[in-house]
Amino acid sequence: MTLIAEIDYGTPAAQSTTDVTLTIDGVEVTVPAGTSIMRAAMQLGTRIPKLCATDSLNSFGSCRLCLVEIEGRPGTPASCTTPVAPGMSVRTQTPRLAQLRRGVMELYISDHPLDCLTCAANGDCELQDMAGAVGLRDVRYGYQGANHLDAVKDASNPYFTFDPAKCIVCSRCVRACEEVQGTFALTIDGRGFGSKVAAGMAEPFMESECVSCGACVQACPTATLIEKSVIELGQPEHSVVTTCAYCGVGCSFKAEMRGEEVVRMVPWKDGKANHGHSCVKGRFAWGYAMHKERILKPMLREKVTDPWREVSWEEAIGRVASEFKRIQTQYGRDAIGGITSSRCTNEETYLVQKLVRAGFGNNNVDTCARVCHSPTGYGLNATFGTSAGTQDFDSIEHTDVVMLVGANPTDAHPVFASRMKRRLREGAKLIVVDPRRIDLVRSPHVQAQHHLPLRPGTNVAVLNAMGHVIVTEGLVNEAFVRERCDLAAFNEWAAFVAEPRNSPAEVEKVAGVPAQTIIDAARLYATGGNAAIYYGLGVTEHSQGTTTVMAIANLAMATGNIGRAGVGVNPLRGQNNVQGSCDMGSFPHELPGYRHIGTDAVRASFEAAWGRPLDKEPGLRIPNMLDEAVGGRFKGLYVQGEDILQSDPDTHHVAAGLAAMECVVVQDLFLNETANYAHVFLPGSTFLERDGTFTNAERRIQRIRRVMSPRAGVADWEVTVAIARAMGLEMNYRDPSEIMDEIAQLTPSFAGVSYAKLDELGSVQWPCNATAPEGTPVMHIERFVRGSGQFMLTEYQPTDERSTRKFPLLLTTGRILSQYNVGAQTRRTANVLWHEEDVLEIHPADAGPRGVRSGDWVRLSSRAGETTVRARVTERVAPGVVYTTFHHPMTQANVVTTDFSDWATNCPEYKVTAVQVTPSNGPTEWQTQYEEQAQQSRRILADAAD
Amino acid sequence: MSHDDKLVRMANDIGRFFAAQGEARAVEGIATHLRKFWTPRMRAEIIAHVEHGGAGLDDLPRRAVARLAAASAAAAAA
Repeated sequence: MTLIAEIDYGTPAAQSTTDVTLTIDGVEVTVPAGTSIMRAAMQLGTRIPKLCATDSLNSFGSCRLCLVEIEGRPGTPASCTTPVAPGMSVRTQTPRLAQLRRGVMELYISDHPLDCLTCAANGDCELQDMAGAVGLRDVRYGYQGANHLDAVKDASNPYFTFDPAKCIVCSRCVRACEEVQGTFALTIDGRGFGSKVAAGMAEPFMESECVSCGACVQACPTATLIEKSVIELGQPEHSVVTTCAYCGVGCSFKAEMRGEEVVRMVPWKDGKANHGHSCVKGRFAWGYAMHKERILKPMLREKVTDPWREVSWEEAIGRVASEFKRIQTQYGRDAIGGITSSRCTNEETYLVQKLVRAGFGNNNVDTCARVCHSPTGYGLNATFGTSAGTQDFDSIEHTDVVMLVGANPTDAHPVFASRMKRRLREGAKLIVVDPRRIDLVRSPHVQAQHHLPLRPGTNVAVLNAMGHVIVTEGLVNEAFVRERCDLAAFNEWAAFVAEPRNSPAEVEKVAGVPAQTIIDAARLYATGGNAAIYYGLGVTEHSQGTTTVMAIANLAMATGNIGRAGVGVNPLRGQNNVQGSCDMGSFPHELPGYRHIGTDAVRASFEAAWGRPLDKEPGLRIPNMLDEAVGGRFKGLYVQGEDILQSDPDTHHVAAGLAAMECVVVQDLFLNETANYAHVFLPGSTFLERDGTFTNAERRIQRIRRVMSPRAGVADWEVTVAIARAMGLEMNYRDPSEIMDEIAQLTPSFAGVSYAKLDELGSVQWPCNATAPEGTPVMHIERFVRGSGQFMLTEYQPTDERSTRKFPLLLTTGRILSQYNVGAQTRRTANVLWHEEDVLEIHPADAGPRGVRSGDWVRLSSRAGETTVRARVTERVAPGVVYTTFHHPMTQANVVTTDFSDWATNCPEYKVTAVQVTPSNGPTEWQTQYEEQAQQSRRILADAAD
Repeated sequence: MSHDDKLVRMANDIGRFFAAQGEARAVEGIATHLRKFWTPRMRAEIIAHVEHGGAGLDDLPRRAVARLAAASAAAAAA
């Protein structure tokens, strides 16, 4: 294995379909019009010296190193800023050019430390390379003149350093921050010789607006911006392409290694989801893999009050099997179940549901998508016929109007947010439907045309009102509806939304959004060109989550914004493999490929392949499992990669359910909160230790590749196989590729997927089968999967969770950029520097009367429970609304959330909880007790078995 | 909240969505939903709840559950 060397073409690819032929150094080359001479040369393999150019950034023309001569033109233009022309004849190497380039390099080097041998970038420094390329042998100016060599290094960021002494002021970092990331945190401060890169208002990086995406580090051609891990470990010697294990964007990375040690993660330019960009989590927050709290040996205990005892894998697996068998004998076949995770691979998830259905003999399998995007599956299946988003991420480049509903992509899906911001800077319009003033409402060079700050729980009302405007103002795309949709259903929907109670004026009373804003937003969505809806958990995590998804689909169909690039309905998935875990048959009612377990022919195909009869009835969902456990009928649970105690609603109820079980098996990286109630702990592997596939929010199936041995000695899929075998279900796979082969054999939408194809193409988007052998970037192009698009009646039903005199505020929860889900991974990295604790956002109008100031401890209470958290007084939230995150277990925001849920899927109503906020002097009694219990629960006996 | 109360609330929530579709389609829609997504035990419990008076259950889900009960009885008799 070697380092993967990506070709830097110097400038971005031109998009023209017109070709231009020219000659470079006597060789003819044909490229798209608009291509730079530098890029055209590189296509021939001719590397024109450069410093300020790189192909992720627009050309800048400042370093004067890439000069060329063009026949018939005066001077020596910069090849990065000069486009090709028909018949052009270019020379890249002449004595005059060599002299000019050497002169430029002399100037650079005269103000650069000569410490190459001890520099962390030694071997990976473009300045060093260029000095070699131009044949620099001496610096006529000497090194004693005015210089920047004493400039002070900024090491404030936990992941990289900024050493201005090594800066050549090429502006690549500044441009990366602007063009790639879209944060505009960096600038060039000063003029002339005094020019220098500055973060924010010339602050340390950590105090600036920098979001630590690392684009600047990647763009830097010297050691000015460099990873601390490279400084510590040295240059990597090989790299492996893999997929990030954080959010649903699914960024491709090169894991750059020294042996089995990760030196750095570098976003892969050919990654089709991220095109070479990353966020702070994916690029930097992988250190949890080596964290001292990783559990690396299986453990058992008789009672959850006992300390853990390390045991062999054989003993642990034997205990799982014997206990599950005992429970089924004693309490019945349905008394056990399993939970799969969106943090696990498709192959691992597939095996867990297979274990449950074929090994346990029931369908009591569910997944964490239950608490996030299960309404997406139901709603899009009902309207379009398939449980997935309609577009690829590249579609955004053709979008004229972005409508963002209940999503905060700059925090939760930052790499896609950067692409979205780029499109917005290019002129696309933005509608934000969200109770909070998220960053995209107004951030540098981005301003939403319309922000609809609706009251939590009124999504359906607002979307119906937009439908009202579209129908009553004659904005329906009638040709599309007539040709592509069920006309009777459309007519019924049109009549419904046209009713006066769905008018913007009426909805204003319910949702608190001015009628004119709704009208303006609807007009823009319907008439602004290609309009695309992107939505998140602010849509799904409501009692009407599924109805909201349907209402979104209705709008897209009514306006014809389906079935081509630039439009569509796009759920932004929270975790890396939410899509995949759902695809793989994790829900209790359906087999892989979203086919109902009650369908005889489908069930028969799995029975034939697995050699076991399958129950035709749906099994228990997670909340049903917990209810049944409290009722004494559900006694055993295998949880792979999930932390339901922290992530699921109504913590007291989850705890009661877990406590009532007789065998809880947790397979995870750390002793998470759920493990406090576990009897068996099976150590899991990080994404760095696994082979498999993830499927991202755009249905893109991508490989993750093992870059180090599983630290616990066993891959996660092998653990599931061992449990299955111990329970009498034979599973035979030599490696995960064979699991994927079985998935492809049994799942029509995956029929064409194999590891060989993924290795060849990089990734594919399902459906991938005989009809679409290389996958399907955009769905429903000529017809909907279900045939005709189905409009659904989406009556607004207010949630039963209402603010009252006792609980007068509405709590909504979410996540922030630096943390991920329950924080099990990110809390064990330096990302905690940005988010040491969960914070409650409260509007000044609510904080003032309560005597609450920023930084104060406050008690957050609901009818479900109470916790304490620090307050931040801010106008980001509307009066009457408070907001917090759920990343820290000692906050346990879900102590406060209730058991109300979506009518169709039981997805919890995280986004609406009636609460009260009062000043507090310290933690609640529950928090104190929980901390003590958690500490007791994590005891491990010193005398470990082998 | 008792287990039965939870089932009643869930059934009513389902009923409120389908109510917009009119009586006949709503009853069928609710019954289909319960058949496709509830476990046999949950269905049996809500049927039993209706047989004991169906306290708290709205009209449409009550009729959907009755339809389930009839289908269940017919299947048992067949």
